[in-house]
Amino acid sequence: MVEAVRDALSDEMKRDERVFVLGEDVGGGGVFRATEGLRDEFGEARCMDTPLAEAAIVGASIGASINGLLPVAEIQFADFIHPAFDQIVSEAARLHYRSNGAWSCPITVRTPYGAGVHGGPYHSQSIEAFYAHVPGLKVICVASPYDAKGLLKSAIRDPNPVMFLEHKKAYRLFREEVPDEDYTIPIGVAETKREGGDITLVTYGLMTRYSLEAADAVEVDGGISVEVIDLRTVSPWDKECVLESVRKTGKALIVYEDNLSGGFGAEVAATIAQDAFEFLDGPVTRIASPDVPIAAYSGVLEEYILPNPKKIADGIRKLAAF
Amino acid sequence: MVSVSDVPGAQGLSKDQLRELYCKMFLARSVGERERMLNRMGKGPFAVTGEGHEAAQVGTAYAMTPGKDWALTYYRDLGVALTLGMTPQDLLLAHLARAESIESGGRNMPSHFSSVDLHIVSGSAPVATQAPHAVGIALASKLRGLDEVAVVYFGDGGASVGDVHESMNLAGVHRLAVVFVCENNQYAISVPASKQAAITDLSIRAQGYGFPGVTVDGNDVLAVYSVAREAVERARNGDGPTFIEAKTYRFVPHTSDDDDRRYRSREEVEEWEKKGPLVRFRAWLQENDVASKSEIDEIEVKAMAEIDAATEYAEAAPTPDPASAMRHVFVEEE
Repeated sequence: MVEAVRDALSDEMKRDERVFVLGEDVGGGGVFRATEGLRDEFGEARCMDTPLAEAAIVGASIGASINGLLPVAEIQFADFIHPAFDQIVSEAARLHYRSNGAWSCPITVRTPYGAGVHGGPYHSQSIEAFYAHVPGLKVICVASPYDAKGLLKSAIRDPNPVMFLEHKKAYRLFREEVPDEDYTIPIGVAETKREGGDITLVTYGLMTRYSLEAADAVEVDGGISVEVIDLRTVSPWDKECVLESVRKTGKALIVYEDNLSGGFGAEVAATIAQDAFEFLDGPVTRIASPDVPIAAYSGVLEEYILPNPKKIADGIRKLAAF
Repeated sequence: MVSVSDVPGAQGLSKDQLRELYCKMFLARSVGERERMLNRMGKGPFAVTGEGHEAAQVGTAYAMTPGKDWALTYYRDLGVALTLGMTPQDLLLAHLARAESIESGGRNMPSHFSSVDLHIVSGSAPVATQAPHAVGIALASKLRGLDEVAVVYFGDGGASVGDVHESMNLAGVHRLAVVFVCENNQYAISVPASKQAAITDLSIRAQGYGFPGVTVDGNDVLAVYSVAREAVERARNGDGPTFIEAKTYRFVPHTSDDDDRRYRSREEVEEWEKKGPLVRFRAWLQENDVASKSEIDEIEVKAMAEIDAATEYAEAAPTPDPASAMRHVFVEEE
């Protein structure tokens, strides 16, 4: 997936000279190599190393967007984005609204998020719920090469601030055919990755892959037919796609990697409970990490905390039996 | 400190320009007073103004090219907004939260100045978050080959915020066309300067970021203009940022919800009022035969007439359509 991110950046920088990237270590290619080669191709000015100062990275991006450019800021790890929270939430998200539409802020903030790489409490966090809560931001979570390329292009071209969260375990987890040509995936449109009639499983990020594995397993051993929906964008999210599926299956399981309480899946659950109540044949159920910091440096702690295909399969069976 | 005695004469400004400086300062003072009065009458929900800061604001903004250079203001900068071309009517429409306010249509609190045409960027209330925006604007100017300068304003409290330090560092590294203006009125709401910083002149911090800093008598409009003009020229010529600390004093409470009698004596305020920027510049104009007393009075009468007309207009202007609250969360498709 990291090559898909790089391709999207390079394509967009070629396509539009207003696009430039900035962040810590991006000049040398970045710690995940997502910006590898961009400095050679486009020069230092458009692939700019910054001081280690997240608020300034995002704040300067906001300023550059005000003065006609399309910045793509890289925050090295989502866990380190918190110093920039004020810039993202108070400034980027609210500039257009507070000025009654006079100013806008077309920035993209890319950052690797998620656990599963022995990252401990500070290289493992899921941060989407913080930002999905904020009006004025778009929030994308990708964990596949095809989606990464198509959605990053859409993010860069979007006239609003977009948080682009790349699951770091997916950077090199698997290969997938990605077209060379220019394509975009619309922001806010989910993808039904697998059709099924018994249960609707709503997920995003790396959990999409784990959920598909679980869905295959329960089909083989228990004959349970699971429809798997990858939201891809958590704000705005594709309510209609989810509700339509739940109206068909009558059961909903939501799987996300973030901590259970107040995680984005809670919003999905509330919406299903409110808008598809009369179609439900069982409790709207969530599988997520427990409410502890994702302290996943040790492999056994990681295994205990994070959702995985087996835990998801167990959850499917339990809901199917309800 | 640079003071008027160090800079003899009028900085090359014509008599008309000097009178214009006074006019802008008087407007800033009087619009502030009008807003606080309207607030006390229950007409405007909130007022935050900058009486006492007029020389620091007008003197720096007068060194900019309006509509070309960029202003990143904070909530006291009535004088900056008015000097760059916003009108008393713009400010009063914002104060009264009217639909046609170009600042925000009633969304933002007043004194959160904004004009796309004048390059006055809409601001927020978290303190000093506008500093990195100035850096980004200057970065874009550089990448686009433009010679626009970004001037960012904040107070002595704001000078403590990390965003300012991160911004000075980034601007220093890339020698960007940013002028940092600190209006040091010696109080962050109630916290005195001695509790805000362990140094007396905040401008010495610039050295740590690799560019010049200067402390100027912020109640002397010509001294302020002189250092600001030099800073803007330096920035425009590609010689990088400057930090200007303008030492001044706020004559009024922090906002309409503050009572400054809690934390400073009336004697202290009165002492500063005697060396206030309008009193001093008025005397200077007369002593140097730039404007007679009657000419100054005429400037003031005209300014008050403009403010009265603006008040009348703003009071009669419609409030926003309530349902418009749902608009502009995102850029609307055309």
